[in-house]
Amino acid sequence: MTTAVAPTGAAPPATTGPSKTGAKRKGIRSPYPSWFYIPAAVLFIVFFAVPTFASFYFSLTRWTLFDVQFIGFDNFVQFFQEPQLVQGFINTFIYGFTTSAAKVILGLALALLLTGPILGRGYLRAVVFFPVLVSTVGIGLTFKALLDPFHGMVNGVLGFFHLPEPGWYTDPNLALLTVAGVDVWKGVGIATLIFMAGIVAIPHEYFEAARMDGAGAWSVFRNITLPLVRPATATVIILSLIGGLREFAMIWAMTKGGPGFTSDVIASVIYKQYQAGFFGLSTAGNVILFLVVTAVMVPVSWFLNRREAEL
Amino acid sequence: MTVTETLTTADARSLRRRPREDRRPMTARRWARKYLVGIIAIIVSVVVFLVPFVFVFLQSAKTSQEAGLVQFSLPSEWQFWPNLIEVLQKNDYQVLWAFLWTTVITVFSCAIMVVFAAMVGYVLQRKRTRLNPYINFMVLAALIVPPAVVPTIWVLQGVGLFKTIPGMILIEATFGLAFCVLLFRAFVGTIPRELDEAAIIDGAGPMRLFFSVVLPLLKPVIVTVIVVQAVFVFSDFQNPLYFLPGNDYPTVQLGLYNFQSQTVSQFNLLFMYILLTTIPPLIMYIFFNRQIVAGMTSGAVKG
Repeated sequence: MTTAVAPTGAAPPATTGPSKTGAKRKGIRSPYPSWFYIPAAVLFIVFFAVPTFASFYFSLTRWTLFDVQFIGFDNFVQFFQEPQLVQGFINTFIYGFTTSAAKVILGLALALLLTGPILGRGYLRAVVFFPVLVSTVGIGLTFKALLDPFHGMVNGVLGFFHLPEPGWYTDPNLALLTVAGVDVWKGVGIATLIFMAGIVAIPHEYFEAARMDGAGAWSVFRNITLPLVRPATATVIILSLIGGLREFAMIWAMTKGGPGFTSDVIASVIYKQYQAGFFGLSTAGNVILFLVVTAVMVPVSWFLNRREAEL
Repeated sequence: MTVTETLTTADARSLRRRPREDRRPMTARRWARKYLVGIIAIIVSVVVFLVPFVFVFLQSAKTSQEAGLVQFSLPSEWQFWPNLIEVLQKNDYQVLWAFLWTTVITVFSCAIMVVFAAMVGYVLQRKRTRLNPYINFMVLAALIVPPAVVPTIWVLQGVGLFKTIPGMILIEATFGLAFCVLLFRAFVGTIPRELDEAAIIDGAGPMRLFFSVVLPLLKPVIVTVIVVQAVFVFSDFQNPLYFLPGNDYPTVQLGLYNFQSQTVSQFNLLFMYILLTTIPPLIMYIFFNRQIVAGMTSGAVKG
């Protein structure tokens, strides 16, 4: 190869010889053409950017299949006046933060367990992770049967031990948390996996040094593992918050926002209004979801990244 | 050769590197930690993570009356094959059609994602221009911002692709692009620039450089992207619900959801359907475990 390069390189000394940057600046022919962006950009603009910008306009309209009528901020006013819509707004935060917190705590605990010396490690890893890949609807419907208040297996076991048998997704106070719990069951595998990657990446010498100094298990965790898995923690928090605030499939498969509106979130409100033909109101819900996600994610990711830079 | 070898192992190396085994003597306490905790963990994992899947399997093998009781019990008579046949034949083989159309959507959207995102990730990593910050910003925005549903339907209607398979393919491809770009950009960074330069000196144009030199080197990350996105697209419920409604082109998850409302009294068939939908991810997981793990943990260490 190298012998072949020499003659061809020598033949046109004018173009390759003097300076490559000079050739680039004249824009002769970059080896990395900018038009490579175009196919992806077309898709992105047509199916993502245009609808997103259009949503700001359509959220200010009364919009049916046939006509569009500008009504200002009425949709947003309605969104924050009707109790069931406000409920959905609040539930979005509850759902997002509880699932995210549970995934961080359980994920970290499982990752510590599964990176240590333990029997059946490979099996445990596989079994914790597999639900991540299974369809949300399938899991939602399965747990609907398992958590059935009268015949379900979970209440059967609780009844056997004479424990209280809650109504799970049929209890207005518990419905949202039940769905969140199933979401955590499904999603904890990915958090575990990310934490495991973070823990394995910590140089082993740190642990050895700490043990030399006589640190116990808790202080190793508190002073070495926890600070050094910070990037993994940030990833888990960000991913699970984005997913949790936008969640739709799990809620729709299990409760459809019921009983009543007690487990509605913004994403399910958007679908309900769309189904009812209130496209303007539905799009306003979309804009609100957009604002909620941005308002939560920008400070959270700023905070997490800032602390990381200090380390 | 060495270059390609290091590249193929670069993606998942951090995970495969196991923590060094302790060489301290096995004391009673450490023995307890390994075996006792291990046995407890295995029992808990069976109850928490395996029982739901076993339940699905048992339900799918019951008669409809017995499945209606939703109890965790062995079927008194095994109806597995008759149930399977009945599900497949239901509504004019709708389940088979659903799997077919979902496969079509998955294959084509993944193909589009791979080629388009690889092109973006490659140029984005290699060329530093004033555009880069804006493109990086848009990639992040696309990851975070929830798609605007009804306006997207409005756009799809405008271009005549609403309720069509091509429309669904393009939507899935668009929503998956950002994640793929991130993976490709990170991976292109591990390919030495000298390789590009050697190809350019040998007379390769931009197209040849990318498609014949760089793209083959991206194979490990391409496999990761395909596997992860295939699982995502296959399990997607929300997008078909909005953009591919109706019975013309059934899809698996939407079909499962509708199946539930159509067959209230036939829990055995519903759970057979659920069982069928878990098989493709299971196959993917068995064969591509490493790539899935690599794709889903990318960025975990760097942040």
